[in-house]
Amino acid sequence: MSNRAFAAAAFTIALAIVAASRLIPNDYFFSAAYTVLQFIILATAWNILGGYTGYVNFGSAAFFATGAYSTVFLYKALHAPLIVMIVTGTLAAGLLGLAVGYLTLRLRGVFFAIATLALAVVLYTFVVNWDYVGGARGAYILQPRDIPFGLPRYIHLLYSAMVLMTALALIVARAIETSTIGRGLAAIRDDEVAAECAGVPTLRLKIFSATVSGALMGMAGTTFPYYLSYVEPSAAFNLSYAVNSIAMPLIGGMMSWVGPVIGAVLLGTVQQVVQVTISSAWNLLIVGVLLVVFVTLAPNGIMGWVEAWRRRKR
Amino acid sequence: MEFPTALVLNAIIAGLLLGGFYAAVSVGISISFGMLDVVNIAHPAFIILGSYIAYIVNDRMGVDPILVSVVVSPLFFALGMLLYRIYYLCFEKRGQESLRGLAFFFGILFITEVALVLIFGVDYRMVQTAYSETTWRLGPVDFPMRLVVPFLVSVTMVVGVQLFLTHTFFGRAVLAVAQDQLALRLMGVNPTRVKGLAFALSIATAGVAGAFLIVIQPVQPAIGREFIGLVFAVCVLGGMGSIWGTLLGAFVLGLAESFTSTFFGPSWAPAVSFGLLLAALAFKPSGLLGR
Amino acid sequence: MADALNEPLLEVCGVTKRFGGFTALDKVDLVVRPGERLGLIGPNGSGKSTLVNCISGTLRNEEGGIRFEGRDIGKEPAHRRTRLGLARSFQIPKPFASMSVLDNLRIPLVYAARQHEKLSKSHITDEALHILQQVGLGDKVHAMSGGLTQVDMRKLELARAMAAKPKLLISDEAMAGLSASEVDDILVLLSGLRQQGVAVIMIEHVMRAVMKFSERVAVLVAGRKIADGDPQAVANNMEVVTAYLGQ
Repeated sequence: MSNRAFAAAAFTIALAIVAASRLIPNDYFFSAAYTVLQFIILATAWNILGGYTGYVNFGSAAFFATGAYSTVFLYKALHAPLIVMIVTGTLAAGLLGLAVGYLTLRLRGVFFAIATLALAVVLYTFVVNWDYVGGARGAYILQPRDIPFGLPRYIHLLYSAMVLMTALALIVARAIETSTIGRGLAAIRDDEVAAECAGVPTLRLKIFSATVSGALMGMAGTTFPYYLSYVEPSAAFNLSYAVNSIAMPLIGGMMSWVGPVIGAVLLGTVQQVVQVTISSAWNLLIVGVLLVVFVTLAPNGIMGWVEAWRRRKR
Repeated sequence: MEFPTALVLNAIIAGLLLGGFYAAVSVGISISFGMLDVVNIAHPAFIILGSYIAYIVNDRMGVDPILVSVVVSPLFFALGMLLYRIYYLCFEKRGQESLRGLAFFFGILFITEVALVLIFGVDYRMVQTAYSETTWRLGPVDFPMRLVVPFLVSVTMVVGVQLFLTHTFFGRAVLAVAQDQLALRLMGVNPTRVKGLAFALSIATAGVAGAFLIVIQPVQPAIGREFIGLVFAVCVLGGMGSIWGTLLGAFVLGLAESFTSTFFGPSWAPAVSFGLLLAALAFKPSGLLGR
Repeated sequence: MADALNEPLLEVCGVTKRFGGFTALDKVDLVVRPGERLGLIGPNGSGKSTLVNCISGTLRNEEGGIRFEGRDIGKEPAHRRTRLGLARSFQIPKPFASMSVLDNLRIPLVYAARQHEKLSKSHITDEALHILQQVGLGDKVHAMSGGLTQVDMRKLELARAMAAKPKLLISDEAMAGLSASEVDDILVLLSGLRQQGVAVIMIEHVMRAVMKFSERVAVLVAGRKIADGDPQAVANNMEVVTAYLGQ
């Protein structure tokens, strides 16, 4: 299937889902769905730099929070419409990915990973001390009274936005994966020195990958303030984003765009259940254990199992 | 405005005392990452684990945490051996250390933190020692015992590790394995075994340093993550794998943090180590003593 | 016209490379002309691979210059040097393990060759298949590159270098540890490049292959070039013999 066809299909399905959701009366569904969609975007975004290019990003929260806090900033400064916030947050996070990538992707993958950890802490400290967006006390974001497109509740708008953004993220990921750039990224992942000597402009591609990955992670965060109506740093920089954006692609499979979706849906659902029935701390423990178990025993994830099973059948 | 001599002197002393402790915390990373090329970002997890064990024993039996650490270090040594075994079998042998090894250690770090939260909650825990309240005063300068004692034992431990590496057969094997595994094999020494023992040593130092930590400040599970930037900053600044470099880097970091805390407020302190790390990575990755 | 043919393709002038206190290359000079077949020999640890790394751009030399087709490439990253026509294989094969043999070749074809030749998408596949036929991997086109035998991996290494459509190909110990017939396979492969006018630097320990293949032989010992000229003359050179016997 060509990328154009996929894009058309994805958007059509997205719009269909949005339309169909009008029929669902239960608000909890939207809440849960929003969270899972958020994870799909994060996992897909992470995988562009992680699974496709082979560089681990531990600071997903930094990019997510960049999207969230640029929304807060624009809300306080301009009361800008949602679409402006989404675009700005995405661009800001992309810029961050570009900057961090430019500074650290010349070094070994290990140093990039550690730098991303450092980034999350530095950004967190910065936000905590920035009173305009609420600092440690947090900021209140009021959902607007007028809801466009005649939707009944604001959560529906947020949900619809998320569905469309998810479709966009998947289209972007698949386009990269199947393109020449994607081949170059795979070569970098498999053997960076050999790729460089085969003519692949490794630094340029890595920076591209980091930028797109960061931008999409930021995009996932742009509607978050409206979703919670209140944003404070420990929520935006929550550790669960860091661990989930790694665990979901790893468990689902890092080689293609499908893996992160599977991982996000599975793990996201499990977490929703555990959070409600047991507690959020146990929730995180389970994710952590699954991460370690999968990375040691099933490094290619669920899609890896599927591939191996398919190959055996031939 | 008159020059704040007392403030500066105290910042310097606090910085140096903390620096000694930071060296103890980081010497393990100098071994595991600097020499063995194992990206053990779970190192801080063992520091925090050491803190909590010291806390439990101190709480139940009133024993000084530093004594606890020494007794408990074989436990961490064994833990280190086990961890390396898993890492070696699942990652190093398969040549997948980079991405998956990182994810593995991150998972370990994460699990440790969450498990501690489940067991102990998020409240800060502290210890009672004979000297935690005592402070020596020398003119305008304070020497709080809760910093001095860990400083002394930290420096002792770091120097001890350095002497061990340079003066014992096994220590020199570790230095050798960092440089030329083939040569080591030709000498009849199994590099994997040497690496396993060296890694175990690095984890043991982490556990011990954890006990020092809880003397200096109260701990809670999330502190581990803050230390990641610190230990890697010290390691990178110190030139990756040089113990003397680690000491130097640690002092630099201690002073930087102390001055930031004194003049800009303590809420900026965590950003210092990470900021220094980012700067070091971006501009001089070979460290202060450069290779 | 004669001048153009004699214009050196590759000029290595006074290249020095140090690792800390250890000097791996000490003011090495080397010239390769278009289409020339140069053998580079020397004991283990003499700096041959380091020289290759400096020429290809994987490492940066501290002193000295490297010119390719008259242009200084010392500051160029490795990928740009490959695009200019300078390809190398790796002593220990580095296949793109997640890809098939065919896809391995697509990378240099798309990223290097296409920079200086018009290649459409279908051409690329044809070119890749053609090269694989040439090297003898025609029946393993869709095999996963990670699971190949040693000799096949060496062939893939060379095929990948060839797929960059280079003017100069550096073959780094492609024959090490192979059986006599496998060595012949590789020799045939490298000799085939002669017809395409590709200059080759062959780095080997297998003497008969070097003697058979090279128009000229250079000898590297302890980071210094100690001989450079007619293969037979070099082989008889006392210094060279001692250097090898001293091993």
